[in-house]
Amino acid sequence: MATVDEPIVVESQSPIREAMRAFRQSWAGMLGLILLILVVLFTYVGPFLYSVDPFEVIWAPLTAPGETERAPLGTDYLGRDILAGLIHGGSATLYVGLAAGFITITIGILMGAFAGFFRGAVDEVLMRITEFFQVLPALLFAMVLVTLFPPSIYIVALAIGIVSWPTTARLTRAEFLRIRTLEYVNAARSVGAKNSRIMWRVILPNALAPLIVSATLTIGIAILFEAGLSFLGLGDPNVFSWGLMIGAGREYILDAWWAVTFPGFMIFLTVLGFSLVGDGLNDAFNPKLRER
Amino acid sequence: MTSLLTIKDLVVDFKTRAGNARVLNQISLELKSGEILGIVGESGCGKSMTALSVMGLVPSPPGKVSEGSILLEEEDLLQASNARMRQVRGGIISMIFQEPMTSLNPVFRVGDQIAECVLLHEDISKTDAWERAVEMLTKVGIPEPALRAKAYPHELSGGMRQRVMIAMALSCHPRVLIADEPTTALDVTVQAQIFDLLKDLQRETGTAIIMITHDMGAIAELADRVAVMYAGHIIESGLTKDILENPHHPYTRGLIACVPHLETDPTEVRPYLSEIKGVVPSLTELGKGCAFADRCPYKTPVCEERRPDIEPISEGHAVACHNVEYVVAV
Repeated sequence: MATVDEPIVVESQSPIREAMRAFRQSWAGMLGLILLILVVLFTYVGPFLYSVDPFEVIWAPLTAPGETERAPLGTDYLGRDILAGLIHGGSATLYVGLAAGFITITIGILMGAFAGFFRGAVDEVLMRITEFFQVLPALLFAMVLVTLFPPSIYIVALAIGIVSWPTTARLTRAEFLRIRTLEYVNAARSVGAKNSRIMWRVILPNALAPLIVSATLTIGIAILFEAGLSFLGLGDPNVFSWGLMIGAGREYILDAWWAVTFPGFMIFLTVLGFSLVGDGLNDAFNPKLRER
Repeated sequence: MTSLLTIKDLVVDFKTRAGNARVLNQISLELKSGEILGIVGESGCGKSMTALSVMGLVPSPPGKVSEGSILLEEEDLLQASNARMRQVRGGIISMIFQEPMTSLNPVFRVGDQIAECVLLHEDISKTDAWERAVEMLTKVGIPEPALRAKAYPHELSGGMRQRVMIAMALSCHPRVLIADEPTTALDVTVQAQIFDLLKDLQRETGTAIIMITHDMGAIAELADRVAVMYAGHIIESGLTKDILENPHHPYTRGLIACVPHLETDPTEVRPYLSEIKGVVPSLTELGKGCAFADRCPYKTPVCEERRPDIEPISEGHAVACHNVEYVVAV
């Protein structure tokens, strides 16, 4: 016979922890996470296992993959090892993606939070600024920013961040507008909380779910953006990145498909990884969709 | 008993697309320390707006407190600085909201939310604040409070959440507690529990309570005094006993007649439940007459001409009606 002396104690679960459990059940999210882990391992552990300098000329230019074992994935137009480029180029690409994502999210949340919380004149001014950035053609604007300064990956990351924050700002504003009218915000006010506390401690935590999803997708887009800039020859020429490799190989695309395809494939995998993780997070944070 | 909170000639306007809506029109109320004051009226009559005005939380824009004063003892809260108002909210006057399901922040543990509230007003350590939270949860009758304090709002039932809200509201020992329809969203048995809890806590702590409700039964059970509101006006006020047994305003009489009774004698013919015909007029279209005139069975020409002032008819009992004598006689 079962005894019922002990009350059943169920461990309390924070909404975030519950979402993480749901995330583990989403195949898209897990696949994306695995992809990202592989890319990170490839980028950060790879250099220790394969220590060829990506700038070093090691063989005849435009050697096809498999022709020599010194360059398993072939060489580019200067005779540099493609595999070494892939391994060493990842960290710059990931750095630009993460840094640009971070800048985007920071500016976006600040602008959106103030606009959505204070509404009125503040909202008008901040949203007009946001629209100003939104109507500028992003790639063109980023190109202008990058060419104004000596090219470096920091400038590239900054430029990408500056052109892509408006979407996040609008999303944050919408969430703030929605949440600020909810009863628990009023309740927080009624116990004497001040505006800053209500903005950052009450509303923001509740607005975080869509922002985390959007941040993940933003990183993916930033990586594509970096590749685009490098392709146009506007990246940092002293730092090896996948985008730079595509840019360097673009003139030889008909003679040496490998010079652009392999770095392109790496970018594809990374962006796919971020997108799938974003999808998984979206499902996890949205219980209604989760049921499907 | 001294008067703790005095609302004098309070006028609150809302700018709407249809024009200016006067949601509170010359409201005067008095709350003595340690008493329970009931405010009744149907939806949209200004009950909640009265509460929000006292808290300084009238949504602005579009709302605006145009005239009047709200005195906490001698201090006018309408003139108080923002910093002072933050001390008052939660520290001296606190409020329980209508919807326990949505009044708690879903991403934090309930214990943390109560502790935060304590930390806002008192200079104590985080562990002490947490202990206070657990102690308050014990006080409001939550079983296994130490464990429940770690729960998130979605893990608690509606009744439990309202208890948590009450615990939070009382955590800093306020002198006034405003309960804005605290039981509307709860089922009847839980309602009774919450009323008992409020009564017990009131007796224990001496906190004065403003109880906002549309439930005459709740008023009968809890309140010492009652103010009846209609379309932004107070139309009758007095001791609960006087109002329930001897209502003077046609609207109050209508409200009381609307409460269904259980007949103890099964052979007795059950009368039809009465109703007040019509709806509350739009606040943007109030004329110069009595706001209740259109729905009033005792209407006379003067009712459409002039708005009646609230006049005392006996000790502590005041009514705003031109035809009091006639209404009572019928």
